[in-house]
Amino acid sequence: MANKLIELAGITKRYGDNVVLDDLNLYFNENKFLTLLGPSGCGKTTTLRIMGGFETPDSGHVFFDGKDITNLPPNKRELNTVFQKYALFTHMTVAENIAFGLKIKKKSGNYIKDKVKYALKLVNLDGFENRMPDSLSGGQQQRIAIARAIVNEPKVLLLDEPLGALDLKLRQDMQYELIRLKNELGITFVYVTHDQEEALTMSDTIVVMNQGYIQQIGSPEDIYNEPCNAFVADFIGESNIFPATFLEDKLVEIFGHKFECVDTGFGINKPVDVVIRPEDIDLVPEGAGTLDGVVTSLIFKGVHYEMEVEAAGREWLVHSTDLSPVGARVGIKVDPFDIQIMNKPESEDEEAVKIDET
Amino acid sequence: MKRNGKLLAAPYTLWMVAFIVIPLFFILFYGFTDNDFNVTLGSIAQISKPVNLKALWLSIELSLISTVLCLFLAYPLAMILKGKGRSSSSFIVLIFILPMWMNFLLRTFAWQTLLDKNGVINTVLSAVGLPKQNIINTPSAIILGMVYNFLPFMVLPIYNVLVKIDDNVLNAARDLGANEVQTFVKVTLPLSLPGIISGITMVFVPALTTFVISDILGGGKILLLGNVIEQEFQIMNWHTGSGLSIVLMIFIFVSMLITAKYDKEGEGSLW
Amino acid sequence: MVKKIGKNVYLALILIFLYAPIATLVVLSFNASKSRAKWGGFTFEWYAKMFANEDIMSALVNTLVIAFVSALVATVVGTMACIAMNRMKKLPRTILMGITNIPMLNADIVTGISLMLLFIALKFSLGFVSVLFAHITFNLPYVVLSVMPKIRQTNKNTYEAALDLGASHFYAFRKVIFPDIFPGILSGFLMAFTMSLDDFVITHFTKGPGVDTLSTKIYTEVRKGIKPEMYALSTLLFMSVLILLIIVNRRSAGKKDISPETSK
Repeated sequence: MANKLIELAGITKRYGDNVVLDDLNLYFNENKFLTLLGPSGCGKTTTLRIMGGFETPDSGHVFFDGKDITNLPPNKRELNTVFQKYALFTHMTVAENIAFGLKIKKKSGNYIKDKVKYALKLVNLDGFENRMPDSLSGGQQQRIAIARAIVNEPKVLLLDEPLGALDLKLRQDMQYELIRLKNELGITFVYVTHDQEEALTMSDTIVVMNQGYIQQIGSPEDIYNEPCNAFVADFIGESNIFPATFLEDKLVEIFGHKFECVDTGFGINKPVDVVIRPEDIDLVPEGAGTLDGVVTSLIFKGVHYEMEVEAAGREWLVHSTDLSPVGARVGIKVDPFDIQIMNKPESEDEEAVKIDET
Repeated sequence: MKRNGKLLAAPYTLWMVAFIVIPLFFILFYGFTDNDFNVTLGSIAQISKPVNLKALWLSIELSLISTVLCLFLAYPLAMILKGKGRSSSSFIVLIFILPMWMNFLLRTFAWQTLLDKNGVINTVLSAVGLPKQNIINTPSAIILGMVYNFLPFMVLPIYNVLVKIDDNVLNAARDLGANEVQTFVKVTLPLSLPGIISGITMVFVPALTTFVISDILGGGKILLLGNVIEQEFQIMNWHTGSGLSIVLMIFIFVSMLITAKYDKEGEGSLW
Repeated sequence: MVKKIGKNVYLALILIFLYAPIATLVVLSFNASKSRAKWGGFTFEWYAKMFANEDIMSALVNTLVIAFVSALVATVVGTMACIAMNRMKKLPRTILMGITNIPMLNADIVTGISLMLLFIALKFSLGFVSVLFAHITFNLPYVVLSVMPKIRQTNKNTYEAALDLGASHFYAFRKVIFPDIFPGILSGFLMAFTMSLDDFVITHFTKGPGVDTLSTKIYTEVRKGIKPEMYALSTLLFMSVLILLIIVNRRSAGKKDISPETSK
């Protein structure tokens, strides 16, 4: 395995009685787009701030390129941060903002000038040198904040919900731009967001967090298609999550109906949770599926119809390009490999399982 | 209501015009006339009398020193209060509001007791083996009185500006390689400039114009411009008094212009 | 850690500096000796005598009545003005706010003198009423400057929503705007009351013979020697406000613990 660029080992952080991070372990390599994803209060921003040096963990260590940097102040760390609300220096021009880090490092005037120019070009804001930050739009300010960070050539760029304050269209444009930037610069981005779509679009690796624990680490495809527990399944995209009984290998019973699946090794007659994505449910004529139900609502969503089907006393969410009108009796059919089986958490704590391996 | 909504401002406007704007014209009127109400610059020119000139320079000197002392005492205090976060509001009441409920004259007067030759401070000093200080009835005592009375007016505007600085802006400076001193000099200080400027006027103007502090702590022998003006009015010499008041106002006006230049958004205001 | 201790020491020193004179006055109020210079034993004598001293009592009544009435009038007039100013165009609002700032920035001595000249020119006799008018005048800006920011923060839409739901203008104001700006009005009133209570300079110039507030009474006594009853009275005033503040603080601290907003 390639060398670990940043490694967090056994990080615990408390604010008063509130445990924000509990024995967190995580590492990642060079030239990756890593996203920390989770609801607010899950500890993702704290994790980022510990990497940046703005918080000190109560226990555990942070390694950068093999060196322990746990107690190194932020100004001595070879990584830079793009902050939530840009945090630009409002008393300085755009050029002065971008040059800030280089001036501290006592670079020559010509070098700084070239670098500022290059950085502005990189973020598509040529010629903005003498503007004041307050006179720029949110999207432009965000680009300046990024330029200000990358001009210092960090090995890792930390981004704390950088697109949170922008509107939808601009956010989507910036997503592509960030991917382009990452590829051009060839450095690692660590990106914090609560927006699962953003995470799925941009990341090489997603770290899903909840209540201070890492829930799952994996590629966007893994996380979406094979969520390892109900929290991840629920947080990433829409899904049907049902309690079920794992009868034997490759056979699961949901609300008294037997479904074939592809999973093995969950035991015999074990209670489990199953996840079925709404687009994986096929509506077939009554009697032709595993169980029958009635369509109770129908909404046109553009690319597909969103339907709710009542079957076995529960609502099943279905996405389909074929329309079944409200009141229609239908059969429900699911392909075996579209049923994702998850262990039931035995307690609150275990719901937040921790996984140490990428 | 919509149409006559603006009429709600009428009592206020009338009152302020009657009791603020018009009275200022009275000062101008008396200041630019002599006892027979002939127009003259003579009343203002009274400032060039050696006694008055001396009082003016002493006022400027003492108020400048007090302002600088207040700034150096207040800035760290404002930084500490900012660091206290939520609990700082009770400190602000303690520093700013509560002392006002003990009469301002009495509080200043109490310094007489503290600074007295055989007063509390000298007793403490000699107890720990330090030489006694004899500062009552000297300009130093007046400076102390000014710093004591006006310090809160420096703390508040600076504090108000400091709390508005986003922590992440300071974090950004650290992130970009600045150490604590560089962050302070390059980011915190320039961003708090409006508060500093506003604090300076809030302290400088009352210090420049006081006559009570010099009266009580100067032993009645040290005259500031405020004392001179007060005395002119005591002897019913309204023209000279108004003329000197105009000189005073010119200084105030200049310091206001400086404030306005630096404090465009009004973010450094006291409230 | 060392840093934290240093900060607390600095805070403590500043508080000692600000409260040493106040502590001195409190101590003097219990001093049996009439001289400030020496301690003659503990006594409540001055507290008993204070209530018998008609001069001091009438000065106290004057001070409190002037503070209360001037703060009240200033609060009503000032709040009305803020409501109106919020709807004005930029220019008239800027002019009015400019005038508001004059007494804040101008020297008290100039404000006092100018008011005195006005009263004399109008042949308005200097006395209780002239002092009251003067106090209303310098209290108004405190009210305006503390209510105005609250009014600018209020959301116009909530007022319009109330109208849309059938409320009259007055009802909408009372139920929607007023609760929003009430903290500003209250702090404006308290600020004005405190400022009026503590004022000496403007009172000094606008009062006539025979009328005294505590401040002007103390000023005349400074030369002749301050009566210990004055220390007792001031201590009493100060202590009652201190106790009031402690109670209010306790209450709001108790409330804060259960309010979810504090977690932010």
